[in-house]
Amino acid sequence: MAAIELRGVVKRFGPITAVDGLDLEVPPGICLGLLGPNGAGKSTTMRLLTGQAIADAGELRVLGHELPGKAKAARAAMGVVPQLDNLDVDVTVEENLAVFARLYRVADVRGAVDRALDLARLRDRRGDAVDELSGGMRRRLLLARGLVHDPQLLLLDEPTVGLDPQIRTELWSLIDNLRSQGKTILMSTHYIEEAERLADEVAVMADGKIIARGRPAELIVEHAGRQTAEAYGPPERLAEVRGTAEAGGLRVRKAGPAVAIVGAERAVDGAVPEDAIFRAATLEDVFVLLTGEEAE
Amino acid sequence: MSAQAQAVRVRRLDPAAIAGVMSREVANFRTYWRGTTFSSVLEPIVYLLAFGLGLSATLVDEVDGLPYVEFVGTGMVATAVIFSSALPAMFGTFVKHRFQNTYDAILAAPVDVEELVTAEMLWIGIRSGFYGCFPLLVTMAFGLDPTPGMLLVPLFCFITALGFAGFGIAMAATVAKIDQFSYVTTLFVTPLFLVAGTFFPIDGLPEWAQVAAQFNPLHQLVELVRGGAFGFETVDLARLAFLIGFALLMWRIAVNRMERRLID
Repeated sequence: MAAIELRGVVKRFGPITAVDGLDLEVPPGICLGLLGPNGAGKSTTMRLLTGQAIADAGELRVLGHELPGKAKAARAAMGVVPQLDNLDVDVTVEENLAVFARLYRVADVRGAVDRALDLARLRDRRGDAVDELSGGMRRRLLLARGLVHDPQLLLLDEPTVGLDPQIRTELWSLIDNLRSQGKTILMSTHYIEEAERLADEVAVMADGKIIARGRPAELIVEHAGRQTAEAYGPPERLAEVRGTAEAGGLRVRKAGPAVAIVGAERAVDGAVPEDAIFRAATLEDVFVLLTGEEAE
Repeated sequence: MSAQAQAVRVRRLDPAAIAGVMSREVANFRTYWRGTTFSSVLEPIVYLLAFGLGLSATLVDEVDGLPYVEFVGTGMVATAVIFSSALPAMFGTFVKHRFQNTYDAILAAPVDVEELVTAEMLWIGIRSGFYGCFPLLVTMAFGLDPTPGMLLVPLFCFITALGFAGFGIAMAATVAKIDQFSYVTTLFVTPLFLVAGTFFPIDGLPEWAQVAAQFNPLHQLVELVRGGAFGFETVDLARLAFLIGFALLMWRIAVNRMERRLID
């Protein structure tokens, strides 16, 4: 049984269709990265999965529970780590965890809190109020709160958005540990590197649906080929390079100060300028080609 | 599925869910109870000194055969109740929902809006049950004699506060911006508290206002508290029934408004 099964899910907000015929299946035991630009419908998808948004059409099943009817049973078995920090800041670390252990009806609250503190490596800060913690600690606490009942499925909504690189790496190693423990993880992100680092499989989401799905390496070969050539120069030169490559049947995207010619290994003579730098194709190439958005 | 997850009961109005949400309120309350309690004790003292002693020294001695201080002191219970229920419900709910995203976190756990609202109302009700007693205790210091009937005052306050908590939560789910609460206080809270019969008996008002006052839950509370202090009448049962009805109605309205606000 798939941990998450979505079929033809539609969610509208007035004139806006945030999720537009979404099909998504997450098998147990993997980390699936839901990668998409801002506004692709990732957060709405997460809210649909917890029953905090009700779909206008389609079928949703989480751990065998039909949504929205059995959303509460589904929520009992999954953990959620929100994008926004919504910890109780005046209350201690320990009490934040204890409240959620109770909300999840954990029998041994104390034991669950201790386990969560160990996981977040916050045992020595247990008695401190949350607003005395550093940003990284708060983020770890938020993760631990979502795991206080030892759920088999974890929803991570943009787990490292807005964090500095060091904290991000720290969080990645925590999430990676969870994955090795066999938890099923659905993680939305708009950071390519995050998806590459953590996800067994990536589903690229744009305009409310999945437009590509697979292991990162497969996605790269399928959508971006093996090699990308980057050419630098003034704007007129870049425009000329783009024109020539596109005339040669290649796809070109902007890449910061350069243009990137994707699938450069298939180029016919002259389609790629001689001074271009060849590199292996990346998930970023795929993302930008598919979504038309500059990657972060 | 883990053993813990399987054991979770997911029926409607699960006491464990309600207790969990209330435990969050208790944990937070421990960080700010001093300030709230200080003002709850001091406020009736200030009012009693200003109105009770000030007015009784110069203008009124007795109202309905009661010393004015005791008349105001018993009436102040209702003031304490509305200010410790409607206002915290309005502002607290708004802040937790819009600024702190607390409800997003709670509703991601196996708790639904009905349980969330019920828990918030119960917590405010219990708090007001306590705070409602302070004016009575203060008035005792000013000479009011304790009676067994007063033991029911916390219960009356609790039931009335449930209704006003529901009202406040429903308002928080309705307004678009926090400044709009000034409309709610001016249009509802202040008139309700002024024509409750706290500071002057309502039988001095025009007849239409007297009829309207019967629909004011605070007036019914004031009468019940005076009943507890100076002797109940049969009509007090109807007053109690009215307050229970008010609480039930506000509960359903609050749940409904919050469901619309919290579930997309």
